[in-house]
Amino acid sequence: MPLTGTPASRGFAQLLIRGLLAGLIAGLLAGAFAFTFGETHIDAAIAIEQAAAPPAAPGTAEEEPLVSRDGQKAGLVLATTLYGIAMGGILATAYALLRRRLHTRSDPRAVFFLAGSALVGVVLIPFLKYPPNPPAVGDPATIDQRTWSYLAALVLGLVAVWAAVVAARTQQAEWRRAAAGTTASLVVVAVAYLMLPSIDEVPATFPPSLLWDFRVVSLGVQAVLWTALGLTFGAFVTPRGTPASPARAEQTTAA
Amino acid sequence: MSDIQQAQPTAAPAITGRQLGTAAGVVAVMLLLAYLVAFDQGALSQSGMYLHELMHDGRHLLGVPCH
Repeated sequence: MPLTGTPASRGFAQLLIRGLLAGLIAGLLAGAFAFTFGETHIDAAIAIEQAAAPPAAPGTAEEEPLVSRDGQKAGLVLATTLYGIAMGGILATAYALLRRRLHTRSDPRAVFFLAGSALVGVVLIPFLKYPPNPPAVGDPATIDQRTWSYLAALVLGLVAVWAAVVAARTQQAEWRRAAAGTTASLVVVAVAYLMLPSIDEVPATFPPSLLWDFRVVSLGVQAVLWTALGLTFGAFVTPRGTPASPARAEQTTAA
Repeated sequence: MSDIQQAQPTAAPAITGRQLGTAAGVVAVMLLLAYLVAFDQGALSQSGMYLHELMHDGRHLLGVPCH
């Protein structure tokens, strides 16, 4: 039964393939960014971690790591690529499900809105509550609690974006829509940040500048991923042969 | 009602009925993939800590809690 099915299911399959492809491209770009700007910070943090670890008992061989550092650096690009593909698939599905509910005439603009929402809700809001840590920071005993708190922040980030849309749609004037949306999302974020447990596990001896640099690069990796994903998938959903914008169309007609 | 009045012309396929199941399945598979990259400690993948260690730098730099 090759490629039979309703036009809509064929359409969804094509959309999904484009989303996965856009995710592959975005994941590779994010991996290149992370490899170029992040690995020096990871190496520096691992050096601190190893200096702090107790030396191996005399007579015992040093423990062989499961994956070498070079393997982990290649694994970095593998991780961002697989992650990008997963996010591309979710973005394409979200677009297929929500496109008709987004109040814009432009398909790529709808994609930009969804990718921007993900960058704010899934990345920025969790990042500001639970900024990522390099190796040597964080107590392994609390990893489960930190993971659940992080996922809760991620879900509440999406709730904040949803609240902004709902609030904005109650208003007519442009500035009132912006004000209502901003206020609603800030209220959700403020309540979420107060309710979620605080985590402070940075050792007093860890270099603050290294911590800051690592966190900036980490945010950059996600920013590159979602920006590239939004732009690429936005290009993929742009209908062929349609003018880029009404203004452009008028110019073409006049010329 | 306002959604119907403001329905916009789009090239996107309309997802209806049975396809919602397909869409849910796709999201589940994508979340599983993201889980293996970002959170797996070997329990689900049965790879011991190999996947965890291989993706170690990626998890740190993607900003998820690692260890």
